[in-house]
Amino acid sequence: MNTNNDFRVCPDTGLKWHRPAERLMKLNAVAAVVFLLVGGFLGLGVGLTRWPEVHLLGPDTFYQVLTAHGINVLIFWIIFFEMAVLQFASSTLLGCRIATPKLGMVAFLMMVVGAILNNYAVLVVGNSSVMMTSYVPMPADTLFYVGLIVFAVGALINCFIFLGTLVIAKEEKTYEGSLPLVSFGALTACIIAIFTIASGAVILIPTLLWNLGFINNIDAGLYRLIWWAFGHSSQQINVAAQVSIWYAIAAILFGAKPLSEKVSRFAFLLYIAVLQLASAHHLLVDPGLSSEWKIFNTSYAMYLAVMASMVHGLTVPGSIEHAQRARGLTAGLFEWLRKAPWGNPVFSAMFISLVGFGVLGGITGVVMGTEQINLLVHNTLYVPGHFHATVVIGTTLTFMALTYWLVPIMFRRQLIMKKLASLQPWLFGIGMSGVALFLMGAGTLGVPRRHWDILFTSADGGYEFSAAALTMMSLNGMSVLLACFGGAAFCVIIVGSLLFGKKIGEDEKVGEAMIVPAVTDEEYATNKEPLTIPGTLAMVSVFFVAFALYYFINWKYLSETWGLS
Amino acid sequence: MTSISPPATKVWWKEPIAKGELIWISVVVVWGIILTLMMPFWHIYGEQNLSSEAYRTTPENYMEKTQAMVDQYTIRKEGERQVPVVKPPAGIDIYMVGRLWEWWPILELKKDETYRLHVASIDWQHGFSLQPTNLNVQVLPGYDMVLTVTPNKTGKHTVVCNEYCGIGHHNMLGTIYVVE
Repeated sequence: MNTNNDFRVCPDTGLKWHRPAERLMKLNAVAAVVFLLVGGFLGLGVGLTRWPEVHLLGPDTFYQVLTAHGINVLIFWIIFFEMAVLQFASSTLLGCRIATPKLGMVAFLMMVVGAILNNYAVLVVGNSSVMMTSYVPMPADTLFYVGLIVFAVGALINCFIFLGTLVIAKEEKTYEGSLPLVSFGALTACIIAIFTIASGAVILIPTLLWNLGFINNIDAGLYRLIWWAFGHSSQQINVAAQVSIWYAIAAILFGAKPLSEKVSRFAFLLYIAVLQLASAHHLLVDPGLSSEWKIFNTSYAMYLAVMASMVHGLTVPGSIEHAQRARGLTAGLFEWLRKAPWGNPVFSAMFISLVGFGVLGGITGVVMGTEQINLLVHNTLYVPGHFHATVVIGTTLTFMALTYWLVPIMFRRQLIMKKLASLQPWLFGIGMSGVALFLMGAGTLGVPRRHWDILFTSADGGYEFSAAALTMMSLNGMSVLLACFGGAAFCVIIVGSLLFGKKIGEDEKVGEAMIVPAVTDEEYATNKEPLTIPGTLAMVSVFFVAFALYYFINWKYLSETWGLS
Repeated sequence: MTSISPPATKVWWKEPIAKGELIWISVVVVWGIILTLMMPFWHIYGEQNLSSEAYRTTPENYMEKTQAMVDQYTIRKEGERQVPVVKPPAGIDIYMVGRLWEWWPILELKKDETYRLHVASIDWQHGFSLQPTNLNVQVLPGYDMVLTVTPNKTGKHTVVCNEYCGIGHHNMLGTIYVVE
């Protein structure tokens, strides 16, 4: 039976925290940061090996470290954190008790066990350097697949706990009217997650049976088709979750409401309807699929989803501009942005993430996902360049932003090293932008991904990439150092704060404003701009021109290569 | 009321959309349509389109066809491992095998002539990455993919493997010469 003792009301934000849910959130968030630390450290090894002048690791270790880097940051760090986001967006934002907290604990433990088993197979047993994609017929250790499956089942249980919590909130009337936009966005993430995990089960369970000898053969093309329904969709969970957090931070720091509930919610719905189906762009140069199939499955899905992201790209900063103008920051196009709290890592991390995700990640994703242009970049370093912009600058930096806010609010500890904290998003964001740009530059020049030695020192005949390509790889190495410094700073600040930060009592205030009161309708009425948000419109116009130019330049590149029909 | 609380008005779906937002949505919709149409447009007017032609194959069957081509058209052998250099007549079906860890054999093609280039793997997945012209396709075991290619530059081209295929992956290279 739930009593009032199971809840605490936050003195700063008025949020009603259900203690069992809070405990689960803390566990999931801490596990997430641990895997970020492990995965980030392995990423340093990858970056230093691909730096031609340094070439740190030997080939065995490099492929092993690359496999573990991908899985730890792309799957374990992100999904653990997303579990905490789901619990926050349901239980905390709706002021509702979480459904089946004990099962939540079981799910958490399954995820921990799964993640450890997988890492054990890759890093200790050492026979599973198959990369995150584990393409058949290259075999991995049985524990590799078992670990992933156990982890995924745990995550699936958490998705159903989220849905159960929404049902309880409705039943017990803990909120009135419609779900808050942020919870709605989290709901889309949850639905996509269920589809994703189901796809993962459809391919990983037969692969496990094949590994154990019960199935003779798994078709390589079929594996890729279904694996990407899992592999790409899992990135869509991230997009939905991170955009939800952007809206949450706009609300927390600016008291902003969405420009239009209708538009933002519809854009989230497009993610469910189309984005997660758009995994076909991984198969654009695969044999056995027709051009019609490829074009249809990238465009119906992807471009509608691109539209959705472009809409969020306007409405998130737009809602901030709208709120700031209502509060009197009306001078010129950008006073609202200039006077935003840039020293607060919650804001700077979120805004760098928004810009980096859109400009570096969004544009290149569309270019790369165009059927013919994919011929130029498939499996080159362009691909990791793109997803370091989307998943690292986009998702990871957004999760970092939220974590800075959660340390005092949820963990009840003062943040330590505040100076470093206000610099950290810049170090990490700029470093990772360098990684994304230089990897994409090298990829455009043909440098392959997942490759130990692009100097081909031991290969028959050898091949020399252009000097420009090698320079890009060195610049990438330096960017990796900067990004790793930023990533390490984050881990030190967060772990340090949890261990040594000044404790904040449950009824004590943090000492600074943790949530800005909502902008009122009267304040909004003072905005007399004919287009409401001229500054944001100016920014997206620049973005659009860059997008269109870069898109057509790539068609020009394509026209210069061998004729192909 | 903000994004972290329920909407202030219960019938929020009837609220008007701001003008600035509507303008952007229109731009985005038109752009999405252009992006989609560019792909069929290039199939009609462009000269770089991957064919949809592919066949089921087995390692034995594919090697047999490749060997037949090698036996008929080899003009010399190169390197320590004496890799055959094959110069087939234009227009015919030519074969390249991806295997751990080489692209085999070496091909010599004529500039501006068209060939039906088959690529397949006989073991794990590989990536056919033609450098420096930078053309990349995925190569799978069991699938014989046909690329109708027209080389437009003379010189030595290297085929790099760009799908990770195990510990010798970084040594997996192949060669295609293009001559006048």
